Amino acid sequence: MQKLKFLLVLLLTATSIQIIKAQATFPVNDVANPKIACFAFTNATIVKDAQTTLLNASMVIRQGKIESVGNNISIPKDAVVIGCRGKYIYPAFIDIYSNYGIATPERQTGGAGFFRTQQITSNTKGAYGWNQAIKSEIDAYKIFSADAAKAKTLRDIGFGAVLTHQKDGIARGTGTFVTLASQPDNFVLIKEKASANYSFSRGTSGQSYPSSMMGMIALLRQTYLDAQWYKNNPSNEGENITLKSWNENQNLPQIFEANDKWNDLRADKIGDEFGVQYIIKGGGNEYQRIKEMSETKASFILPLNFPAAMDVDDPNDLRFVGLDDLKHWELAPGNAAAFEKAGINFCLTTADLSNPSEFMANLRKAIEYGLTENKALDALTKTPASLLGLYDKIGSIEAGKIANFLITSGPVFAEKTVLLQNWTQGIKNAVKDENWYDVKGVYNFIANTNTGAKAYQLNLKDGGVAQFINKDTLTGKYSYDGHLVKLNYTEGRGRNATETILSGAVTGNTWNGTGKDAMGNSFTWTASFDKAAAEKSDSAKTQKPLALGKVTYPFLSYGWEEMPKQQNLLIKNATVWTSEKEGNLQNTDILVKNGKIAAIGKNLSDATARIIDASGKNVTPGIIDEHSHIAAASINEGGQSVTSEVRIGDNLNPDDINIYRQLSGGVTTSHILHGSANTIGGQTQLIKLRWGANDQQLKFAGADPFIKFALGENVKRSTSSQGNNRFPDTRMGVEQVLVDAFTRASDYQAALKSAVNKSTVRRDLELDALVEIMNKKRFITCHSYVQSEINSLIKVADRFGFTVNTFTHVLEGYKIADKLKAHGSNTSTFSDWWNYKMEVMDAIPYNAYIMHQVGLNVAINSDDAEMARRLNQEAAKSVKYGGMSEIDALDMVTINPAKMLHIDKQTGSIKVGKDADLVIWSDNPLSIYAKAEKTIVDGIIYFDRDRDAAMRKQNQAEKARLIAKIAALKKTAGPGGSGGNFRSARPRFEVINTCEDHYHSHGLLAIDSEDVDNQ
Amino acid sequence: MKKIFLYICVCIATTNVLAQETISPAAAQKETIALTNATIHVGNGQVINNGTVIFNNGKITEVGTTATVTGARVIDCKGKHIYPGLILSSSQLGLIEINNIRATIDATEIGEMNPSIRSLVAYNTDSKVINTLRTNGILLANIVPSGGIISGSSSVVQLDAWNWEDAAYKTDGGIHFHMPSLLNRGRRRFFGAQASNADPVKEGLSRIEEVKTFFREAKAYLGQAKHENTNLKFEAVKGLFDKRQKLFIHCNIVKEMLLAVDFAKEFGFDVVLVGAIDSWQIADILKKNNIAVILNQLHDLPAMIDDDVDQPFKTPAMLQKAGVLFCINDNDGNSRYRNLAFNAGTASAYGLSKEEALSAITLNAAAILGIADKTGSIETGKDANIVVSEGDILDMRTNIIVHAFIQGRQIVLNNKQMQLAEKYEKKYGIK
Repeated sequence: MQKLKFLLVLLLTATSIQIIKAQATFPVNDVANPKIACFAFTNATIVKDAQTTLLNASMVIRQGKIESVGNNISIPKDAVVIGCRGKYIYPAFIDIYSNYGIATPERQTGGAGFFRTQQITSNTKGAYGWNQAIKSEIDAYKIFSADAAKAKTLRDIGFGAVLTHQKDGIARGTGTFVTLASQPDNFVLIKEKASANYSFSRGTSGQSYPSSMMGMIALLRQTYLDAQWYKNNPSNEGENITLKSWNENQNLPQIFEANDKWNDLRADKIGDEFGVQYIIKGGGNEYQRIKEMSETKASFILPLNFPAAMDVDDPNDLRFVGLDDLKHWELAPGNAAAFEKAGINFCLTTADLSNPSEFMANLRKAIEYGLTENKALDALTKTPASLLGLYDKIGSIEAGKIANFLITSGPVFAEKTVLLQNWTQGIKNAVKDENWYDVKGVYNFIANTNTGAKAYQLNLKDGGVAQFINKDTLTGKYSYDGHLVKLNYTEGRGRNATETILSGAVTGNTWNGTGKDAMGNSFTWTASFDKAAAEKSDSAKTQKPLALGKVTYPFLSYGWEEMPKQQNLLIKNATVWTSEKEGNLQNTDILVKNGKIAAIGKNLSDATARIIDASGKNVTPGIIDEHSHIAAASINEGGQSVTSEVRIGDNLNPDDINIYRQLSGGVTTSHILHGSANTIGGQTQLIKLRWGANDQQLKFAGADPFIKFALGENVKRSTSSQGNNRFPDTRMGVEQVLVDAFTRASDYQAALKSAVNKSTVRRDLELDALVEIMNKKRFITCHSYVQSEINSLIKVADRFGFTVNTFTHVLEGYKIADKLKAHGSNTSTFSDWWNYKMEVMDAIPYNAYIMHQVGLNVAINSDDAEMARRLNQEAAKSVKYGGMSEIDALDMVTINPAKMLHIDKQTGSIKVGKDADLVIWSDNPLSIYAKAEKTIVDGIIYFDRDRDAAMRKQNQAEKARLIAKIAALKKTAGPGGSGGNFRSARPRFEVINTCEDHYHSHGLLAIDSEDVDNQ
Repeated sequence: MKKIFLYICVCIATTNVLAQETISPAAAQKETIALTNATIHVGNGQVINNGTVIFNNGKITEVGTTATVTGARVIDCKGKHIYPGLILSSSQLGLIEINNIRATIDATEIGEMNPSIRSLVAYNTDSKVINTLRTNGILLANIVPSGGIISGSSSVVQLDAWNWEDAAYKTDGGIHFHMPSLLNRGRRRFFGAQASNADPVKEGLSRIEEVKTFFREAKAYLGQAKHENTNLKFEAVKGLFDKRQKLFIHCNIVKEMLLAVDFAKEFGFDVVLVGAIDSWQIADILKKNNIAVILNQLHDLPAMIDDDVDQPFKTPAMLQKAGVLFCINDNDGNSRYRNLAFNAGTASAYGLSKEEALSAITLNAAAILGIADKTGSIETGKDANIVVSEGDILDMRTNIIVHAFIQGRQIVLNNKQMQLAEKYEKKYGIK
């Protein structure tokens, strides 16, 4: 292919570092050596950008910039000409998610575990903001220093410039845009402040707040408001460099490291609230929710760190490998392709790769999965440059732009293509210069030996294979470094094999050299180019369409390939537990239309409805769990005693298998509460168990907002392993936290009312929630145990003019039922938990019964992902403990919680017009023998025992397919082969959120969220 | 509520008991007692309708439909159900009073190899939890130490005693081996703990090997008639070698259980698996090797995210089908063991017959604990450990225990919780 007809004047320098600019202010320790630094690259295929390719074109660069590019440009006299026949020139790649040249700060010891000593205030010294994780004042350009080794690593895979920032904190200050040129730092800084960066990680901050996902979101939200307020130079704030910087950084491109599909959406939502469109750094699993990604309208930065296949050689290890992990292994390379298909703007990054050298291989894999080469090139050049507003400077081969470009041996993404040189700011960096010359071909070889001339045909082939053909074919090797050539061949086999070695120099298409045979005889040789090697057709790689599994919603076992649709249902001949004054109805039909209960009666008919025969079965309203902690990314923000600003709804996690498990126990609505780490916890989120829905679709629309409070041992951190340093430490202090909070809220409300200019009053999201409570716009559910603390909160509520809507747990509610009744509270309790901590010593299983008898509205809750799927039976325990009627008992998990959650108009009973949230049971629903056969939410059957049985088989089959695929790959790949990386089988652990100290089992692979480092 | 309180009132009137602290153990059985007209669930699968149980001097003398009741105090149990006293097969009852108060925890001793530790000597007969179990039909419990690797010996106690000596029903019957986990937990970083660099599985295996070494040394030691230096740890496991004791191996995953089988083979021990969450996967192997199983907690989430949502519930039926000797336990730390019957009830909903489910908390448990000769079923010659329920004991709607007898003694069915309920019912005038 490549011929030696033309001579190249290029001198290959051993070092790639040449200082082309001497910095004016710096003294010179040498003789001045100014250079013009003009180069002309001729006869190349120049890919200016993904859309424009010039054949046989030339490019001139001068002083680090592109001077001209085109087919018929004149070559300046002072240019060093580099002939590039057969070569390709591309714009160098740009990575806008990097911390290149910026040291990673070390994290100090400490943490924010539930029971740890807390760091209440910031450790950052100076006139900065209150929270150590908000570091808006950090400017990357001030701390940047080029890292030669890392620059080379990046250049070797085609990158020429990066946006780098300090990866530390939630707000990380500004990023700076630099090239990877081997130049003094002063010259590689292209744009000092090129971005503002954010993340969901506290980084090195040991400050206790925020300790949760929702706390981080709340902190960002409050900081946006504070920064706005700070623009008025409030005297009671003084100088706050952090807020000042925050404001200054707002006009930059805003980049958010989210790293996961749900986090992407969380980040985008914060942005939406404040008119900011973040550029989102994804995590690689976005293809699982591509529609939602598209709806963000964000541009994305995508990593290419595909998961390694797991070893599948031990069935007992495989037992604990998750189907979702296997599926993700298979589908992850399709992430970028999914973005392209969905028309979402994205660029690519080397971030998250354990080894940057995997980048190209992974990119090719992404292309194999459907990413087009044009899009890939855009994603590495034009898109990242454009996102930073720097496309006028960099990102394509265009006159006037920075001379950052690649010279390759072929199309840049082709597997055989070699990246030869990577020029940054007009400076050459050799990558694989030795491949610049392609000497493959057929030569006439003559050895001038003692015994006369011997002629061979010499074939130089791919992979350094040399063949000397006379009568026989002698095989050997060759290598060429641009100057000198080395060859050898072997005669004979085994022991009798002899080796002849040769070396020489290349002058145009004639080679001259000397050799030595096995006997020690020296000879000279010449070789002249005859003809190019026969091209092998590249048809070997006919692409088979990929056989891939499907994305399911959620991306777990039992997920849907297509979301179930609402249908009209006619449930026939059931025993219907209405949870209404009608009580239980025998042989009754229920007609469901458009998600609502349309009719209840005997002998109903409807032509549009699917008929479900429920003869001998029981139908109840869907079970409502007043106290649950499933389906959330974090549950406790324990960083402070008052965190009314945090919202569970900010961090729902639809990928929680417990949604499905609880549907299998008849639960249709769950109230997701903040944990009990602090007195005034976070805002709660009511959800319907719409398995497969996204985070927003899970929410129970139009429900009154609630908030979690907590009293007693957890909030005073009684079991803190290292002592408690957070106020309060006693129930006396808990009461004062409440009084103080509502006093502040009252003053705040008054200040807001009286302020002429509202914007001068600092908007305080923490107090906003408390004002809502006082104005009966938000309602409390309060974790509580002993009667004294319950009584105290009632008194605080009376003083501030509101009612505590619900006391939850309320295990000593029976002792104070009269006062609860007088105050107007609802109660929600465990059936029979007790004696696992001091404050539950007097808990009794008769609690629900007694409170019910006193006339309170009583619910039975779970607070537990396991127990929630047996709530019907937990309610039934009041039949045993106290002799409650069965109808009253069932009401404790249907209409009663509906009432206390203010959703009894929509759900909680079987009544015409209400949501069709229904359960069909195999038996009396209070019986230990009852199984939910179908669980219906909004008229959609989300759990069906028949589908469940089919899914079990399907999950197994899918798992088997993936395991076989990996096994086959491993066989063909061999150790360290092309099949990619392997890692040992990793069990699929489940993080289970709980309110507090739990002693109820959650399965073998459960990890309590309190035990997991959230960093 | 009414019925219970009527009953409690009777108790209070007859025994003059007013508070938990003064609920006294019953005196030895003086008169012959006949429970008549009841549905008798024998515990071995059999059901006797309209039957009578007669017991005297603590032992059952007659069971059947034609028993003669002359001379006996007759308790008419018409419409009621009679069951063997339920057996809690693995618990920290009386060792842990309140889980999160360190001072009340006597279940976990320091050190890894503590075979000579004995749970019985720390068993607190005045634990407030005990009386809440009796009222749910549980009359016997196996008290298990849980620290380290070889945790010590367990003893079975009866739940109506003045002190631990009174309570002892079978002393030191089991040695407990908490097998190090072979689940690859990776190198996850937890708060406070440094990430270990050791492969957790390899580490587990080497520790298991240490246990084997211990038993090999013990065997050699015990083979010697006299010792200059007495080794209490070796002495403590003598019963394993002569089969007076069983080795209870607490483990859950297949690899662990297979190694447990290996212990049985190498040393010839009677091995019982405790926990055994994945026992359903190797039921045939367990059956073939006569390994018994205590399923610790049915009311649990599936082990794996991909598992059948009801896997824990149906595991008993799978073991039953394979012929494995197993029992069902309740070691819930929040409800404090009292839902034993309902764990069995759930197993029945998912495949066991009701009588099989009952066996899993009575006769099977007795067999596994080595007390089947004395209890576990309502059969002539066995201790009169009997409960009478208003209805199906496995279902919370009908599990209302009206009479209970331990070794023939009619025990007081009262507890602190009932007393608190009564106190406040009085306050609110609830009848």
